[in-house]
Amino acid sequence: MFIFLVERGGDLMSKPTSPRIWQLAERRYRLIGVKCENCGKIFISPRKICPNCKSTKLIDISLPRKGKIYSYTIINALPSERKNYGPYIMAIVELENGCRLTAEIVDCKIEDLKIGMPVELTFRKIGEESESGIIYYGYKFRPIS
Amino acid sequence: MRDVAVVGVGMSKFGELWDKQLRDIFIEAAIEAINDCKIDLKDIQALFIGNYSAGTWVQQEHLGPLLADYLGISPKPAMRIESACASSGAAFYIAYMAIASGLYDIVMVGGVEKMTDVPTENSTTFLASAADREWEAFLGMTFPGLFALMARRHMYQYGTKREQLAMVSVKNHKNGSKNPKAQFQREVTIDDVLNSPIIADPLTLLDCSPISDGAAACILCSSDIAKKYTDTPIYVLGSGQGTDTIALHDREDITIMKSTIEASRKAYSFAHLEPKDIDVAEVHDCFTIAEIIEYEDLGFCKKGEGGKIIENGETEIGGRIPINTSGGLKSKGHPVGATGVAQVCEIVYQLRGEAGKRQVSNAEIGLTHNIGGSGSSCYVHIFGRKRR
Amino acid sequence: MQIKDIGIVGYGIYIPIYRIKIEEIASQWDRNVEQIKKGLRVESKSVKGLDEDEATIAVEAAWNALKRAPEVNPKEIGAIYIGSESKPYAVKPTATIVAAAIGASFNIRAADYEFACKAGTEAIISCIAQVKSKLIKYGLAIGADCSQSWPGDELEYTAASGGAAFIIGEKNNKTIAYFEGQYSVVSDTPDFWRRDTIQFPKHTGRFTGEPAYFKHVIGAAKGLMEELNLKPKDFDYFVPHQPNGSFPLRVAKQLGFEESKVKPGLISPYVGNLYSGSSPVGFCKVLDQAKTGERILLVSFGSGAGADAFSIVVQDYIEEKRNLAPKVEYYLNRKVFLSYGIYSRHMSLIRGVNYA
Repeated sequence: MFIFLVERGGDLMSKPTSPRIWQLAERRYRLIGVKCENCGKIFISPRKICPNCKSTKLIDISLPRKGKIYSYTIINALPSERKNYGPYIMAIVELENGCRLTAEIVDCKIEDLKIGMPVELTFRKIGEESESGIIYYGYKFRPIS
Repeated sequence: MRDVAVVGVGMSKFGELWDKQLRDIFIEAAIEAINDCKIDLKDIQALFIGNYSAGTWVQQEHLGPLLADYLGISPKPAMRIESACASSGAAFYIAYMAIASGLYDIVMVGGVEKMTDVPTENSTTFLASAADREWEAFLGMTFPGLFALMARRHMYQYGTKREQLAMVSVKNHKNGSKNPKAQFQREVTIDDVLNSPIIADPLTLLDCSPISDGAAACILCSSDIAKKYTDTPIYVLGSGQGTDTIALHDREDITIMKSTIEASRKAYSFAHLEPKDIDVAEVHDCFTIAEIIEYEDLGFCKKGEGGKIIENGETEIGGRIPINTSGGLKSKGHPVGATGVAQVCEIVYQLRGEAGKRQVSNAEIGLTHNIGGSGSSCYVHIFGRKRR
Repeated sequence: MQIKDIGIVGYGIYIPIYRIKIEEIASQWDRNVEQIKKGLRVESKSVKGLDEDEATIAVEAAWNALKRAPEVNPKEIGAIYIGSESKPYAVKPTATIVAAAIGASFNIRAADYEFACKAGTEAIISCIAQVKSKLIKYGLAIGADCSQSWPGDELEYTAASGGAAFIIGEKNNKTIAYFEGQYSVVSDTPDFWRRDTIQFPKHTGRFTGEPAYFKHVIGAAKGLMEELNLKPKDFDYFVPHQPNGSFPLRVAKQLGFEESKVKPGLISPYVGNLYSGSSPVGFCKVLDQAKTGERILLVSFGSGAGADAFSIVVQDYIEEKRNLAPKVEYYLNRKVFLSYGIYSRHMSLIRGVNYA
């Protein structure tokens, strides 16, 4: 009986840990941001103080699932957690309500990429700790056809 | 508030220093700084170290006491300051404050980084910690990727050309070839830059500063006693700091670095100077696009015209405003924590007339500009041959 | 079992954009492409992206189902069941990931089902039962897979990725179709299985036909029709499980259904066998075009073995909801073809290498 156990990519240094990912998981699945009730500015990250007007009245809101590309790049020099995944497209996406976020663009031909390209939300694997570790999911965007 | 002067400077060679350890690289730079002036080790009252991430690269934190110990100055105080790639620009500011406040008379400030002990892709991951880990790096963004986004937007908004970015690399390599401490001593052409491997489109390998090891150190003292230790003290005329959002996507316009505008305006105002008064500057060219944006945000040209002034040769050694005579981060190298103080070293050499083949004639006033992350932090210092 | 008062509130599917052609796989193993294509009647199969898995497919399908059920607040969903044989975790349910992704309440029932390719329809039955017994107001049932196959084995030509989701609730004027009846058969038949420490499944060749697929699909279909006193001519569509492009047509003929009733729901020639998503996605393709009052016979088959048969009648509200989410045709038409080498990266076939 031959058992072989191959642990791939078990580098603890560059791998996040499960509770830290869980803290933001649902926000990343459903694209939940915050809105300042005072000045109306909207952010992807759950801030407690509005950098615009310094108010502390920020509430959770569901962000629109469509937007357009504000700027993009194609990552060729890969970080260790994506060593065999790439090259891939990263962009700043401006959602329909003006909120901006950073996300990968998938299911897209490189020739079609341009500033202003309309995109929509998709739910994808962002990565995993290791072959035996937790898988983490989140938002990516794909072109709207 | 007292005036502060730089009396001694020193740098290790920057590059892939395979056989050296972090602490030894720093001590090498420190000894050179000590020998550059009449200061003795026992005169040093405190040590300020800029370092980004020795904890991840070489698993060593607590660099303040470590390097004070190896410098032989224990039990004097020592601390490490971190501000991503602006770590030693920030450390310099703290050291300046230490003397200007009157609490200290003579201190050493330096920076060091050892990046080559891990594979490149691990360095890429560690560098991404200077961005927003949860909302940029986690989703797949890398540090070059952020500047690539800025480059694409700058080209879209102002018509900046790909070749103009390459010209920054060409200029800095040309300058670096005259700098014996630089990591790269060879010149490159625009074609070399355009054809080098893509890192994050549109930026190629030669648009990006390298992964390097290295250290720099300088000795600061109160201006009143500077002449005791050197015939050519270089005075700190002004200093300014600023921040911008941690995540690039939270900025109104990603072609503007508010931290640079804030820091430089404060520094100019402190020194009672204007951009046109600067004779030579070391700016933070972690990527070619960064230097172009910095021409604009430091006030050397109008917004959007950065590409034009490099194309017109205005920032060459003989030009209107020579920038990065040392070779910049691109050619000199970018051991992250060491860069800020290494920039100070170059300005000191320039103002003393000791820059050899890189010398800018009649250099009276110099400026260093050091940013962290995608410009989330910024430290600007202005230096002069005469006291304030 | 007759039902009549439970319906489908919303439906949605998801198929990844990637495909691999049969000839690309066949030439990898130096096989005769024409013979294989003729025998299987499949042109290409769908392949999950590097960053996709059964959970991401389930979530996309669930989001589409919710788009077609705008009156449903996700917090009103009382149970979430996912059927699959390619879960990313052997232990940790995909159902909880879907629950988080749709914004479900903390107070729900959830679990993952396994019964080879009929796990998705098992999930539907569970939801029907819980709605019928008034335990829940709405249930979410999903069948999704990114099925594995032994490289070089004949199943490699058809083991594909995709899924469908259904929101089940009481029949009312907002449901798009209702269940008339349901009939299941099960027996311990070793036609296809995967041991828990082995990466790929095994099957018993020709034994998977008559004693497995045909016996159970026919058994469930005939059992249901007898109970409901219906004949093949009473149905407008027949959607059986689709392991390839030829079995569905053969079983249809054996049962007495014309080919024209099978073709509208036939997706395997283009995307292969979606396993737990197979007959559910075929069923959704029929829902994309069926008219009010038309009757559909859906029969899934799971190796091991068993079959679930459903009789479903379309309601007029389908016209209001059909266009609220992308149709099956939309997913069939978006395709990017891969070489075998890239396909093997997508399916983690090279030992010791992980994309992440």
